Amino acid sequence: MAAVGLYNYWIVVFLMMAGFYIVIAHDNLVKKIVGLNVFQASVFVLYITFGKVQGGTAPIIAEGITTYSNPLPHVLILTAIVVGVATTALGLALVIRINEAYGTIEEDEIHIQDGES
Amino acid sequence: MSITVFAILRIRNLYAVVMLASIYSLMAAAIFVILDAVDVAFTEAAVGAGISTVLALGTIALTTDREKKPSRTKILPLIVVCLTGAALIYGTLDLAHYGDPNAPAQQHVGPDYLRDAPVKTGIPNVVTSVLASYRGYDTLGEVTVIFTAGVGVILLLGNWRHIGRRREDEDA
Repeated sequence: MAAVGLYNYWIVVFLMMAGFYIVIAHDNLVKKIVGLNVFQASVFVLYITFGKVQGGTAPIIAEGITTYSNPLPHVLILTAIVVGVATTALGLALVIRINEAYGTIEEDEIHIQDGES
Repeated sequence: MSITVFAILRIRNLYAVVMLASIYSLMAAAIFVILDAVDVAFTEAAVGAGISTVLALGTIALTTDREKKPSRTKILPLIVVCLTGAALIYGTLDLAHYGDPNAPAQQHVGPDYLRDAPVKTGIPNVVTSVLASYRGYDTLGEVTVIFTAGVGVILLLGNWRHIGRRREDEDA
């Protein structure tokens, strides 16, 4: 039964590591930011998984329902999503500026240009 | 979801990558609905699948939509990722099982909020009442973060236009 109970966490770990791999292994800056978003979304799924209660419903109080999922992870992740898009916007703006300054968005080519100057 | 991520890993056309990231976000939103987090699903669908995609598309429109072929082998990152993943899997073995109502996270303050929040705030949606009433200052801080990010983007891109114009002047 352990495998069934932990299955969700393992999926999250796989997604998280895939995002991590994109961030550290790819030279393209836009793809790095997409990888960062993948990582972020997997962390969100992890937190929401913590909040789930078997047989519960969404935490909106209604008559005749006694079991609700935990609302606190939801609040936390709502804030995190919005902060996440703010960092994404800033990162992409930086990518545009780097492209303007170096004429490329590949990290290794930027390093080569820095070495020359 | 895993298939989508694998496709993002392999495909070099950045336009396709951004679209796949959008699909990934949308699937995350669907999972949030299954896990009873409807508010989070709304936000993820609007912000993650919507605004992020628009921003990324704008960026590749201003730069380039092709990724160059990788120049060096990627063995070291793969090893790092596998080690980290193995450590995390080991960590999950101690976690409470999915949906367990007796998990520590379900025992502490969560039930208090579910019992008191509708009475004290008069809002049946507990997520909204916690976000706006109990933790209103956090939301204010979140607005500050967005404002700072917005100012940063304006500074970065507004400056860029001046540089572009200056360059045109030099060329002329």
